[in-house]
Amino acid sequence: MTALPATAFTAARRTGTFLVRWREASVLVVALAMAVYFQTSTDGVFLTHDNLRNIAQATAPAAIVAVGIVMLLVNGEIDLSVGVVAALTPFLVHYAVDLYGVPVLPALVLAVAIAAFIGWCNGVIVTKLRVPSLVATLGSYYFLLGVLLTTSDAYPAQIPAAAAGRIQSVLGAADWASLIWCLVVVALFHVVLTRTRWGLHTISVGGNLVGATEAGIRVHRIKIGNFMIAAVLGALAGLLEAFRINSIDPNIGGGTALTFTAISAAVIGGTALAGGSGTVIGALLGALILAELQNGFNLIGVSANPFQLILGGAILLSMIANQYLSRLRRTGAP
Amino acid sequence: MSSPALQVEHVAKRFGALTALRDVTLHLDRGEVLGLIGDNGAGKSTLIKILCGYHRPDAGQLSVDGTPVVLRSVDHARSLGIDTVYQGLALVNELSVYHNMFLNRELRIGPLLDNRTMRRRAREHLADMGVTIGDVGVEVAKLSGGQRQAIAVARAVYSDARIILLDEPLAAMGAKEGTQILDLIRALKRRGDVSIIIIAHNYAQVLDVCDRVNLLQHGTVTFDRPTAEVTVEELTDLVVAEYRRGRKE
Ligand SMILES: Nc1ncnc2c1ncn2[C@@H]1O[C@H](COP(=O)(O)OP(=O)(O)OP(=O)(O)O)[C@@H](O)[C@H]1O
Ligand SMILES: [Mg+2]
Repeated sequence: MTALPATAFTAARRTGTFLVRWREASVLVVALAMAVYFQTSTDGVFLTHDNLRNIAQATAPAAIVAVGIVMLLVNGEIDLSVGVVAALTPFLVHYAVDLYGVPVLPALVLAVAIAAFIGWCNGVIVTKLRVPSLVATLGSYYFLLGVLLTTSDAYPAQIPAAAAGRIQSVLGAADWASLIWCLVVVALFHVVLTRTRWGLHTISVGGNLVGATEAGIRVHRIKIGNFMIAAVLGALAGLLEAFRINSIDPNIGGGTALTFTAISAAVIGGTALAGGSGTVIGALLGALILAELQNGFNLIGVSANPFQLILGGAILLSMIANQYLSRLRRTGAP
Repeated sequence: MSSPALQVEHVAKRFGALTALRDVTLHLDRGEVLGLIGDNGAGKSTLIKILCGYHRPDAGQLSVDGTPVVLRSVDHARSLGIDTVYQGLALVNELSVYHNMFLNRELRIGPLLDNRTMRRRAREHLADMGVTIGDVGVEVAKLSGGQRQAIAVARAVYSDARIILLDEPLAAMGAKEGTQILDLIRALKRRGDVSIIIIAHNYAQVLDVCDRVNLLQHGTVTFDRPTAEVTVEELTDLVVAEYRRGRKE
C-alpha cells in the first residue's frame, strides 16, 4: 500500500530527469512523427530531395534567428526587432555597394557591424536606461522599420552585381548553403550556452539577477552581448534569405513574421520565457517543426489559413508542457 | 602592531531618503573572527555589501592591510582576497551544485568549462565540510535550505580568500549542520591567516565562535567588546534596553 505511491514517485522523478535531460527528445519525436505523417499523406512527395531542400530553406533563417532569441530568453530578455534587422541588413549591403562603391566583402562586414551596433543600442537601452526589453525592442522595431521603408521607398532591390557568383552561392543561394550556416550556428551556440563561461553567466543572469550581480558577474555586459548576438544572427538570416531568393525584399515577412516564427520555434523547442533555461537544439527542432507544418499543409493542399490555427495551438501546447515539465523537474511530481 | 586586515572609517550609506549607515567605524584584525549583531534593518547587510564591493559608500574610507582602497566591484574586492556569503546566498537555481560553487571563477580548459575538475573539487570541498549532497551535478533548486547555505559557505571558504564576510550563514541550518559550519570557522581560525566577519542573530553562537562582538544600531557601532567579557544576557539586555528606551521617548 505504501510502496505504490513511492514507486510512482520515483517513476515520475525518473521521467522528470529524462524529460529534462533530453528535453529536446520530445520535440525531436514530434518532428519525426510529423515527417512520417506527411510522407504517407503526400504519397512520398514530402521526403523527396527537392522538398527536403525546401524544408531546409524554410527552417534555416528561422532557426538562426531563434538561436539569438534563445540566448536572450535564457537571459530573461526578448528582442522584437531582430526581424527588421534581418530585412535591413541586405539593404545596407546594397546601399554600401551600389550607392557608395564599397567592395562587397567590406560592405558585408560593415552591414553586420551595423547590426551588432543596433543590438548594442538595444542592450544599453534595456540595461543602463532600464527600459523593459519588450518595450525597448518594440520601439527599435518601428524605428528600424521606418528607416528601412523610407530609405528603400518600400521597393525591393537587386542583389549587387558584384556579389553575384561565389559570394551569393556561399551566402545562401547554393542548395544547402543556408542549412549549413544554420547547423554551424546551432552547433556553435549549443556549445556556447552549455559549455562556456558566457553560457553559464547568461543562465545565471536570467535565473537570479541579484545573485549573479552579487557573485560579481557583470550582468549588463552579458545582456548587451546577447542583444548583439541576436542582432548579428538576425543579420545573417536576412543576408541568407536575400541571396537565396535573389532579391532584397523590405517585406521579408514584414519584419514581424520572421521574429514571431523564431520566438515560436524557441518556445516550441522548450525554452521558457521566465529566464534561466533554454535549449538551442530545441530551437532548431522547433523551427523544423514549423517548416514541416507549413510545407506539409501546402503539399496536402490545405490552405495557409489553418496553419495559423495549428501554430497557435502548438505554441500554447508547448507552453503548457513546459510549465508541466518544469514543475516535474522542481518537485519530481506533477 | 601590524595594521588590521580590514579597517572601516566613518562609512555612510543612504538609499534615497533612507540612511542605512550613518557613521560606521570598525576594524577586523588578522586572524580574528568578529561578530556583527543588530536588529533587523540595522544596516548589517548593507555594511557587508560595502565591504565586498557590491555597494559604494557615500562617505568614509576602507583600508585592507593598512592600505586605503576604493572597491570598484565585487571582482575587485575578490582580487584583494575578500569573499562573501550573502544573506540571499547568490545561488542560481538552474545551475548544478558544482557550477554554483565555482560561479564567476569557473575553471576552464581553453574557452570551455572544465566541468570534470570543478565537479571533483566541489565534491571534495563539501565532503571536507561534512556536508552530504549525493550528487554535485544536481540542480541547486532541488536542495534544502540548509544545503543551499552550505554550498554558499563552501564557495567562500574554498576561494583562498583572506577576508571572509558571512551574512547570517547559520540562519537555515539544522543543529548538526550549524555545528559543522561553526567547526569549519574554528578550523579556519586555527589556520590563522583568515579573518572573518559573521552576522548572526543567535548570540550564543556568536559568543561561541567569535573573538569580539560589535553591535550595530541606528547606522553606527554602539558596542565593541571581546566576547570573553560579555554574556548572552548582557547582549540581549543591551538590545532590548535600547528598544525600551526608544518606546518611552
Ligand atoms: N538596495 C536597497 N535599496 C533601498 N533600501 C535598502 C537597500 N538595501 C537595504 N536597504 C534598507 O537599508 C536598511 C538596512 O538594511 P540591511 O539589509 O542592511 O539590514 P540588516 O541589518 O541586514 O537586517 P536583517 O537582520 O533583517 O538582515 C533597511 O531599512 C533596508 O530597507
Ligand atoms: Mg541582513
